[in-house]
Amino acid sequence: MSTSTDPLIDPYATSRETTEGRVFSVTGGDWDSLVTEIGATKEERVVVNMGPQHPSTHGVLRLVLELEGESVTELRAGIGYLHTGIEKNAEYRSWTQGVTFVTRMDYLAPLFNEAAYCLGVEKLLGITDDVTERASAIRVLMMEFNRISSHMVALGTGALELGALSPMIFCFREREKVLDVFEMISGLRMNMAYIRPGGVAQDLPPNALAKIRETVKELRRDFKDNDKLLIGNTIWMKRTEDVGYLDLAGCTTLGVTGPVLRATGMPWDLRKLQPYSGYENYNFDVVTADTCDVYGRFLIRMSELEQSLRIIEQCVDKLEKLEGQPVMVADKKIAWPSQLALGGDGLGNSLDHIREIMGTSMESLIHHFKLVTEGFRVPAGQIYEAVESPRGEIGVHLVSDGGTRPYRLHFREPSFNNLQSTSAMCEGSLIADVVAAVASIDPVMGGVDR
Amino acid sequence: MSGMFGSQGSGDTSGFGGLVRVSVSEGSSERPYGGYFDEVADDLERAYPDFADAIEKVVVDRGELTLHVKREKLLEVALILRDKLLFEMSLGVNGVHYPAEVGRELHAVIHLLSMTHNRRIRLEISVPDSDPHMPSLVEVWAGSNWNEREVFDMFGIIFDGHPGLTRILMPDDWRGHPQRKDYPLGGIPVEYKGATVPPPSERRSYR
Repeated sequence: MSTSTDPLIDPYATSRETTEGRVFSVTGGDWDSLVTEIGATKEERVVVNMGPQHPSTHGVLRLVLELEGESVTELRAGIGYLHTGIEKNAEYRSWTQGVTFVTRMDYLAPLFNEAAYCLGVEKLLGITDDVTERASAIRVLMMEFNRISSHMVALGTGALELGALSPMIFCFREREKVLDVFEMISGLRMNMAYIRPGGVAQDLPPNALAKIRETVKELRRDFKDNDKLLIGNTIWMKRTEDVGYLDLAGCTTLGVTGPVLRATGMPWDLRKLQPYSGYENYNFDVVTADTCDVYGRFLIRMSELEQSLRIIEQCVDKLEKLEGQPVMVADKKIAWPSQLALGGDGLGNSLDHIREIMGTSMESLIHHFKLVTEGFRVPAGQIYEAVESPRGEIGVHLVSDGGTRPYRLHFREPSFNNLQSTSAMCEGSLIADVVAAVASIDPVMGGVDR
Repeated sequence: MSGMFGSQGSGDTSGFGGLVRVSVSEGSSERPYGGYFDEVADDLERAYPDFADAIEKVVVDRGELTLHVKREKLLEVALILRDKLLFEMSLGVNGVHYPAEVGRELHAVIHLLSMTHNRRIRLEISVPDSDPHMPSLVEVWAGSNWNEREVFDMFGIIFDGHPGLTRILMPDDWRGHPQRKDYPLGGIPVEYKGATVPPPSERRSYR
């Protein structure tokens, strides 16, 4: 194959001068010379680009595989195809607007991004203890529902990539039910910006708890369909057992957290060990496996669904008792002044609130205007706050210079760190196992690239 | 002291006030630090004789411990933290750009986690913009690899000893380091209902 860059002597790109400039006629390469060239080298080494446009790489992940036959000798992951500059953008928005940005990072677990960010802002403000019990319980409820919907995508697409179609149908059926709950509570199915610094955007709608109880019952019944399809399934076991091996030492040095770490037998779950939002008051088990492989991670995700349902049930009981408690801190200099209301055309501004600021109270108008356009000030300093997302530890490092905007906002994304372990899991294995290993890490590229 | 909305001599008579802006303490915190922080500092001092020379200052703020480490001593401190104090996991490196701190403009912030003791600490290393070099920690925690590439990509800090320090999020031929404060955000004005909304970086900023 010719490597010349000069078009004048390139046999595959002849050119001629015209009045408009030089015109090139590009023709195909000479496959004969390419084949001869490969045959002349001693080693048979093929480098294949898997992705970024590949259905089984979980979005725009690019894997550069060096192959010897079907075996992978070297694997490198290329990322950055979904880099959106969210961290930079947030430096030009107020602290409250930041929620709307960070919710779009890991788009399958938006509530965990919001929760980590808001807990961080509250820590910087020093109001962690002022967040009401009801607001914390709603946060936990939403996060656990989100864990279910995220695991449903992980399991469904993971199974799909290994050729099992039916689990995908079931998983997305269950996920729809969870998204319906999100829509009922926050008005949105994804990227809700529901958790806000100081509490949550609005209280639960009437009859929400009854609907949630109903959904929990349905989910518990329908999860069994997936259990029956996959647990103990011979084909599934052959594709996942002893595949994508990564032990505890590998996980700690590579900074891998979440189900991949728990599949090594390490019961590391921040909800238990470094509780936030009142997780210490809920009964649930940390699920582990000791196989260090794809099957173990799959079993952990399946069992975590039931644990999440347990927490949700306790949340519902708690919320019933806390009926009437506010869902935002009492400090009017932090709480968003506007209240949302459900109108004929969906969720929007509350007419009562508009009547008050436009017709009754000039001071309310000034307060609303200042807080919404300018935002509140956050005392200078830096903090790190971590929560247990479906993929592992999602941490936020916030730096404030005392202004109304973040000075620096950085997310320690579990997908980003976990994805580094792909090489350790896959080198020496077959190409087909690469797909299984990547699916078991469950990276979300929106979170990896931010 | 300034009012809630930070007005200074502007005649803001709205009555808002009360939030006192505390500037970040530049000096070291005084002992006792509280919690497990004293134990961590004692253990490190015992295990590492050069402690006083390597640690510029110890800051405890909002229940978090920050050790400011000189870059020349970072590798030694990191190895002792991993092997003797059992901080097995590094949660990555993050950069912060402080253009106003002349001579130490670029900061690298490393969060460490000890799973054995269930403890967290933070290391902070500052390097001048004119000589943005610091040692790589990939040898100590292999997971620092991508994180250091990201900090290099976004801030231009060069991690000496890194096995392959290339850009990771931005294209290979990108110029500049986007997360630095002097790097523009970009954006164009948008016309909406006859008025023009400037790009976010040119809107009024409230300091």
